Amino acid sequence: MSETTWIAGIEEQLKGKLNLDATALDLNADIPTLTLKRDNVIAAIALLKDSGFNFLTDLTGIHYPQLKGSELGVIYHLHDMVKNHRLRLKVFVSISDPTVPTLTELFPGANWMERETFDFFGIHFKGHPNLKRILNMDEMNYHPMRKEYQLEDGQREDKDNSMFGR
Amino acid sequence: MAEIQLENDKINLGKAPEGYEGPGFFATTLEKAVGMARANSIWPLPFATSCCGIEFMATMASHYDLGRFGSERLSFSPRQSDLLMVMGTISKKMGPILRQIYEQMAEPKWVLSMGACASSGGIFDTYSVLQGIDRIIPVDVYIPGCPPRPEQVLDGIMQIQKLVENESLRRRDSAEYKALQARYGLV
Repeated sequence: MSETTWIAGIEEQLKGKLNLDATALDLNADIPTLTLKRDNVIAAIALLKDSGFNFLTDLTGIHYPQLKGSELGVIYHLHDMVKNHRLRLKVFVSISDPTVPTLTELFPGANWMERETFDFFGIHFKGHPNLKRILNMDEMNYHPMRKEYQLEDGQREDKDNSMFGR
Repeated sequence: MAEIQLENDKINLGKAPEGYEGPGFFATTLEKAVGMARANSIWPLPFATSCCGIEFMATMASHYDLGRFGSERLSFSPRQSDLLMVMGTISKKMGPILRQIYEQMAEPKWVLSMGACASSGGIFDTYSVLQGIDRIIPVDVYIPGCPPRPEQVLDGIMQIQKLVENESLRRRDSAEYKALQARYGLV
């Protein structure tokens, strides 16, 4: 029950300052999850950082091809180390306009995490100091973790059928 | 060729190469002498990237001890090593780096590919993994396994030793070797 009281406090704060949607908060997930819009996500995270959530555990992307209009998402995991509270934030954008503002000014650790998200999902972070591929080859012309591809990758020239009994 | 007879017959001495023996001297060909010296003092470069690297650490440790075979001194500098041991998954981004390391080694050099990932990409049949290092550098011995046990690694090293021992001194200048280098785009 203390779980709901602290998150209610957070929700009050965010609602008051940022006009949040009532359905944004999900308490049935493993950790409290807030779904935000890309316009207010940086402001929300700044507010949360000031109220104790000063550790960015993870920043990653996700692609739900069936959610037309909001296929790509950026997931942030925040952690308040003093009170041991964890919070997940989700921002969904359309695949035709995959732009999200960058978090690097608030959390310098987001720099490489946003590069990885760009590398694998193609989400462009506006204001990022060095947005380029980090793990894949620079010449790659697609974003591998998007769910738009066949199970067997058609672009590969180095598939060796003799090795895998195809 | 004569073997030394000792009273205690339980000692195994290494076989001497073929040659002519007399009182106080042993004559053999330069190739055999150099081959024997090289084979018993291979200095490897452990290019360890993944799990096979950990298995190699076990091989170097005292229980399996690669140092018995002359590989006591490992070097991470390609300029000072004879054998490039590629142990682990090589991603496509790592490929040019591996190639540069290979090019920096001085002749004569040998390449050992340890594990499934280095030999053929292993279980990672994916867009980011190089499907075998023999796509970019010539390999002498492959050790299959995921990871291969230290005994298998030692067997691979012994096969390299056989190659080193029996290699002609002129092999690196031969047309066949140059053609091999050309196939890989190495000058």
